[in-house]
Amino acid sequence: MAADNVASNGAGAPAVDEKRRRLLTTGVGVVGALGAATMAIPFVSSMSPSARAKAAGAPVEIDISKLEPGQRVIVEWRGKPVWVVRRTPELLESLEQVSDELRDIESDKSEQPDYAKNVHRSINPEVLVMTGVCTHLGCSPTFRPDVAPADLGPDWKGGFFCPCHGSKFDISGRVYKGAPAPTNLPVPPHAFVSESIILVGEDGGQA
Amino acid sequence: MSKISDTMAWIDERIPLTDTWNKHVGQYYAPKNFNFWYYFGSLALLVLVIQIVTGIFLTMNYKPDGELAFKSVEYIMRDVNWGWLIRYMHSTGASMFFVVVYLHMMRGIMYGSYKKPRELLWIFGMLIYLVLMAEAFMGYLLPWGQMSYWGAQVIISLFGAIPWVGDAITLWLRGDYVVSDATLNRFFALHVIAMPLVLVGLVFVHIIALHEVGSNNPDGNDIKKVKGPDGKPLDGIPFHPYYSVKDLVGVAVFLIIFFAIVFFAPEMGGYFLEHANFVPADPLKTPEHIAPVWYFTPYYAILRAIPIKLLGVLAMFAAIAVLFFLPWIDRNPVRSIRYRSTAYKVILAAFVISFLILGYYGLQPVTPLGTFISRLCSLIYFGFFIALFFISKNEKTKPVPERVNY
Repeated sequence: MAADNVASNGAGAPAVDEKRRRLLTTGVGVVGALGAATMAIPFVSSMSPSARAKAAGAPVEIDISKLEPGQRVIVEWRGKPVWVVRRTPELLESLEQVSDELRDIESDKSEQPDYAKNVHRSINPEVLVMTGVCTHLGCSPTFRPDVAPADLGPDWKGGFFCPCHGSKFDISGRVYKGAPAPTNLPVPPHAFVSESIILVGEDGGQA
Repeated sequence: MSKISDTMAWIDERIPLTDTWNKHVGQYYAPKNFNFWYYFGSLALLVLVIQIVTGIFLTMNYKPDGELAFKSVEYIMRDVNWGWLIRYMHSTGASMFFVVVYLHMMRGIMYGSYKKPRELLWIFGMLIYLVLMAEAFMGYLLPWGQMSYWGAQVIISLFGAIPWVGDAITLWLRGDYVVSDATLNRFFALHVIAMPLVLVGLVFVHIIALHEVGSNNPDGNDIKKVKGPDGKPLDGIPFHPYYSVKDLVGVAVFLIIFFAIVFFAPEMGGYFLEHANFVPADPLKTPEHIAPVWYFTPYYAILRAIPIKLLGVLAMFAAIAVLFFLPWIDRNPVRSIRYRSTAYKVILAAFVISFLILGYYGLQPVTPLGTFISRLCSLIYFGFFIALFFISKNEKTKPVPERVNY
């Protein structure tokens, strides 16, 4: 073995220490790979939201004094649509009627501040504040307060319908069984500044 | 010696130009029984070139900015000299790329071109298909229309279905809490630099792998087994001039169809360029009916068919992933459909039909009937691979001829 090494390295060359060579090769390889992997950190991290993107997202105020029962307004908060709906007594009544068909009746698995974890999912039963982004794949569902329309069937009591993949939600944004959306529509943190002014994005730490 | 051969000799001493030409073109022996289905490989290469060239010229006027993108596309369409032609060639090219690639894959499946020794060739091809889908998806965001925006929103949200890390991944992909300027800008970078580089690299490896093992043929036999006294396969002919000329005919016919679309139906009735994409992106309003571009719809239909979010996403990715394993799922050594059993032909036909029906329902709004048929076709789609695994083991095949038929 040693003789071969000497021969292949030319006359007089010392025998090759294969073990040491393997250790050095492995060592250089591992250190090099670690260095390259470390270099990936700044690149990967640069794709996360920038400081500017994180800073954006101040709370927004909405005046709902002109919002009639059965109507909805959309405001933008952190780039997402936030709906404010003033519900009619009929729509509020439908909340009890649809209970059996819902997936998460008590909103246990859904995202909302504690003050909105109730049947009407709001502070004031009449006024619904909701993030209009489907929990399935992020489309914005349509507002369908009409009862028993042709396309949604005779059992429709009013609510939200996602055109992308057909998820149905009641008028509190609670998802129906058999829909692809896993949870109810989220309620953003919000607070009433006065009777008719809502602040979306901040609730004074009530959540 | 003439001046030309002197120059060639000078070059060949420094770089193997003549050798490379002979190995891959001049003396690359391909089976002489190639039929219609064999046009689509070279056509895919042609479309790749069209996309790269038109793409370069589009970037000269396009602005990857949430405020400017939509307007800059309209600017290209109205004010840039020939901008409409370049843009329509690029958008039509995207759809035609998939037409050509789907037919190319169909050829590979029919004639068993994925089987030993072409497994890696098939896998490189599948990787090309995968990168092509990523490339097309990212490109579709760039016009910043309503369908661009909401399509990206839905597809990025797919990753949110991954347990625990899903939300972090979607945030990282978007670079913002919603699809925004940051997302548009990075998709632009990936669409014009990263993905095309990977694509060209994969195409190169795909062709190297092909020329190493040699082309399959509609009979699925091995032409290298029967060689003449000169050592060349008796059933083989040099790629150039025989197939280079044949492919030119394909190119001519293809370009007639291609430009007929570019000139007379660039939107293709909303299938190549969707109507909702002529409205600027609005993060507050999802269009009433959103659907991906036609080439994604079979997978989209599978996604929608399953009422559980994570399962739907998994099924959709599995529908693509399973194709990678085709060389090992199909255990029959007979390659070509010509010599395979009726059972095989039946399940293959069911597979193709279910894929087309899924493609149709992926374009339609959600209806109970559509969901039912999509579920049925999803079962047939996956059922094909299971059936194939068992049928192919003890299949009654016809004898494969030694020489090719033509």
